Amino acid sequence: MYDLNELKDKIAVIGVGNTKYGNFPEIDDYGLAAHAFRNAVNDCGIDKNKVDGLLVSRIPYYARMGEVLGINPRWTITLPGHGRMSGMGIIEAAAAIASGQCDYAALLYANIGRSRRVNYGGDESPGTWDPWGFTSPGAAHAMAFRRHMEMYGTTTRQLAEVSVSIRYHACLNPDAVMRNPITIEDHESARFITAPLRLLDYCLINDGAVCLILTSKERAKDFAKPPVLISGWGAQDTYSPSSIANFDMDFWYPAISAAGKQAYEMAGVTHKDVDALMCYDNFSPTVLFSLEGLGFCGQGESGAFVEDGALSLGGRLPVNTDGGHLSNSYMQGWALNVEAVRQLRGECGARQIPDCEVVQYVQSTPCTRSIIYTRG
Amino acid sequence: MTYNKPLPRLDTLNKPFWAAAKEGKLLLQHCPSCGDTRFPPGPVCPKCLAGDQDWIEASGKGTLESWIDMHRAYWDGFKDDLPYRVCLVRLEEGPVVVSNLTDKTENLRMGAPVKVMFDAVSEDLTLPKFSLV
Ligand SMILES: [Zn+2]
Repeated sequence: MYDLNELKDKIAVIGVGNTKYGNFPEIDDYGLAAHAFRNAVNDCGIDKNKVDGLLVSRIPYYARMGEVLGINPRWTITLPGHGRMSGMGIIEAAAAIASGQCDYAALLYANIGRSRRVNYGGDESPGTWDPWGFTSPGAAHAMAFRRHMEMYGTTTRQLAEVSVSIRYHACLNPDAVMRNPITIEDHESARFITAPLRLLDYCLINDGAVCLILTSKERAKDFAKPPVLISGWGAQDTYSPSSIANFDMDFWYPAISAAGKQAYEMAGVTHKDVDALMCYDNFSPTVLFSLEGLGFCGQGESGAFVEDGALSLGGRLPVNTDGGHLSNSYMQGWALNVEAVRQLRGECGARQIPDCEVVQYVQSTPCTRSIIYTRG
Repeated sequence: MTYNKPLPRLDTLNKPFWAAAKEGKLLLQHCPSCGDTRFPPGPVCPKCLAGDQDWIEASGKGTLESWIDMHRAYWDGFKDDLPYRVCLVRLEEGPVVVSNLTDKTENLRMGAPVKVMFDAVSEDLTLPKFSLV
């Protein structure tokens, strides 16, 4: 048996790929995923027939996916299309490689929510509270943010800083969906979806696909790009109240703290070493909750922490340098992990963080996960 | 006029809750073994895993934990109500439930005392809702 910390720096990301992001009614999940896979294969130069591990998320049928790609792996796993599956999937794949179940794992995610007009609420996701009209993950985050406002005095202008900084990054990313700059005033005058949250607090819904290829650190030396190492990870689930989906009375603070502590300890770094944070931003308040849980600021202090562009490139903690879910692409965490890899490789052009050495991913959800990547 | 908002999905576990609501009673599932209470009901007690669960009548008193105003209708039946208010209430007995707050005021505070009222929205359905005390 391994002690988890022994897996520090043992697994590397060697290839990343994605499709364009937008509205593609002509192409299905398999088609999008195949393009992302081909891009990841070309990115690292692997012979695709060497891929002997396959993880799919939000893709209907793993076997059809294998057939489409012409691969017959010896390790396959399917995860549901929930955003929280990205962190879970990367950790599962790392563990599968570490235990010898596969040597090269391809992780595939595809989303066709835009062209299929997915609403993320109402009868699409039936729940206990439908008779009272309470539905959608956005409503749950609004409920949480209202509590944060009441408990700590956090304001919507402070919340706006999250959306404004992340949009600024999208403007530096030629592939991002939303590329017009926004201001705090734009945020404050946007229409309410679920007060206190407004349109600019909500993530995009777009089509696209992402692929990551992982292998061991030793094998990673044979490929085109410098490997990016998975140096640490941490995990903590919070399953009550699951009847109030996507909600936690304590903003997942205990879970984020626990997952963060585990990840920092395994990687041998602290939050002070983190050059950029890739933070699951389905709704802007989760960024605040994540900053507190990970210890970038005290509990209740995230509103003040994010002021004056603190999360922008050049600020004290750049967050979601690709534009995140709010402004780049709704790839449910997967694209943020790709961005972590690209930052550490120095491939990010106008949005590149100078001397980027440590990038942290976090998803503050009922399945909270954090992954720390470093330069190999 | 037919009722066009979403109906509760009745199952063997939650039927007593909805029947009682029609009678003007707010029920919580209760564990006779350890005293845990909750809504929605489950097949076993999540604290002690006892299988035989019964119901107690809640006092209907609670405090406001949070609230939101829905400006988007995910069901057509809510279109005419926009924006409508959804609240999170911690009941005196402990469980936290989602409901509607009948008060329209902007002058709300977390921790405000609230009390249940029963809104007979149709012949067949009564929704427990909450009002400021
Ligand atoms: Zn019990």
